[in-house]
Amino acid sequence: MTIKIEVDMTKCQHYGQCVFEAPDIFRLNADDKLEYTAEADDSELANVEAAIDVCPMQAIFIVK
Amino acid sequence: MTKPVIIVGASMGGLRAAEALRRFGYAGPITVIGEEHHAPYNRPPLSKEVLAAEVSHEAVAFPQRESTADVNWVLGTRVESADLEHGTVTDSEGETHAYGTLIIATGLRPKRLEVQNAELIGRHAVRTLDDAIGLRKDLKPGARVVVLGAGFIGCEVAATARKLGCEVTVVAPGSHPITRPLGVELAKELQRRHEAMGVKFVMKTSVTDLVGTTAVEGVVLDSGEIILCDVLVEAIGSHTNTEWLEGNDLELSNGVLTDNDMRAVKTSGEAWPNVFAIGDVARFANPLFDDEARRVEHWNIPTDTAKRVAQVFAGQTQGPFAPIPSFWSDQYDIHILAYGLLALADEVKLVAGDIQGECVFGYYREGKMVGVCGIGMRTTVMGYRKEFELK
Ligand SMILES: Cc1cc2nc3c(=O)[nH]c(=O)nc-3n(C[C@H](O)[C@H](O)[C@H](O)COP(=O)(O)OP(=O)(O)OC[C@H]3O[C@@H](n4cnc5c(N)ncnc54)[C@H](O)[C@@H]3O)c2cc1C
Repeated sequence: MTIKIEVDMTKCQHYGQCVFEAPDIFRLNADDKLEYTAEADDSELANVEAAIDVCPMQAIFIVK
Repeated sequence: MTKPVIIVGASMGGLRAAEALRRFGYAGPITVIGEEHHAPYNRPPLSKEVLAAEVSHEAVAFPQRESTADVNWVLGTRVESADLEHGTVTDSEGETHAYGTLIIATGLRPKRLEVQNAELIGRHAVRTLDDAIGLRKDLKPGARVVVLGAGFIGCEVAATARKLGCEVTVVAPGSHPITRPLGVELAKELQRRHEAMGVKFVMKTSVTDLVGTTAVEGVVLDSGEIILCDVLVEAIGSHTNTEWLEGNDLELSNGVLTDNDMRAVKTSGEAWPNVFAIGDVARFANPLFDDEARRVEHWNIPTDTAKRVAQVFAGQTQGPFAPIPSFWSDQYDIHILAYGLLALADEVKLVAGDIQGECVFGYYREGKMVGVCGIGMRTTVMGYRKEFELK
């Protein structure tokens, strides 16, 4: 099973806090802008939920 | 019947505590009692997006998780008193609830200006969603807005009001906005950027009185001068919500003093085994810095302290609790990110970038880094975060 992840890029301010919680999903590129993998294995769920919790802009969602 | 875990305060700390208890395996009953009518929502947008546009509760509410679907939310209900000896709390309806474990998450409320004519229309403070919605109605283009206090919330409200086309004056006792904790150099730069956007600053000044009979018409400064205004925003600090705990053996001089497991401490220094405090209201020592207990009003603290409580509850702690404080602030296109306790520093220096553009400052106490703060330059700021990990 996989989960689908979506970041609302109109909200995201590239604070990068998600990177610490789910480093295999979220990263900042060379321009300090957020990039992410939109689909991940179920085993990432706890990490992605932690990333959702620490996002200052509350811009990360799991799409059902 | 097992007595429930009762959480008092249904904001970020209360929600995170319920979630963390479930995550660490507690399957028993949880009751959350909160004074506000709204389900837990995020406060930072209140001084930013919520003032700038018609934002509903839905847009700022925290997502509800399946794990906490069976939590008993008692909203719109204030807890008036607690009896820790007997393990009960009593709410505003007169109902007494027995708990097995109590988690205190009642946070803060704004300090207000103490003046004679206190009941004037147009006076605002920003802590709750209802506060922000009330203020938004008054932030019309051209409105003259005085913001009292030049801390984070004051500066954010000033920036948002200015973007909405208000005439904004910030009045505050300090020399520059957010000097504590940012340090003078960065504070001056922040003031310069606000002034470039058209915000006026009247610093080293306090307000002694208000002008107006039904609505606020102006503020009287300690110099005797009057600044006319239509809207007054008071962002002058906060009180801890601990009155309901009085009469119990607790240390409540500035929030609820806790030990390293977030257990509330008796005046003897011994901890209550089943009473915890989390979030803005908790005062605890952080071994990353020293053994002095402090309250930390940063957004990561409710989540981190709630997790600690759940780990303690489940008997799953690993080592001392040493959360890395972190905060951010958005003012215009200035996005500030910081780690650590900047206010402890005796030395502040630019470590990267250019102060008029993107920059990073380091904060040191006796030569050891205690904080880092950047405008932009995210990867650089984040790179310093490991300086704060417990070694
Ligand atoms: C306008 C604003 C902007 C902010 N911006 C930022 C930011 O940009 N970055 C950042 O890092 N942090 C920011 N913060 C700080 C952050 O929001 C707080 O650290 C966080 O909300 C603390 O959560 P808490 O659950 O501990 O307390 P609170 O959010 O204060 O919640 C306490 C709850 O308890 C309830 N309560 C109180 N007494 C009782 C009682 N007796 N019975 C029942 N319920 C009671 C209250 O009604 C409230 O709902 C901001 C705060 C505000 C107000």
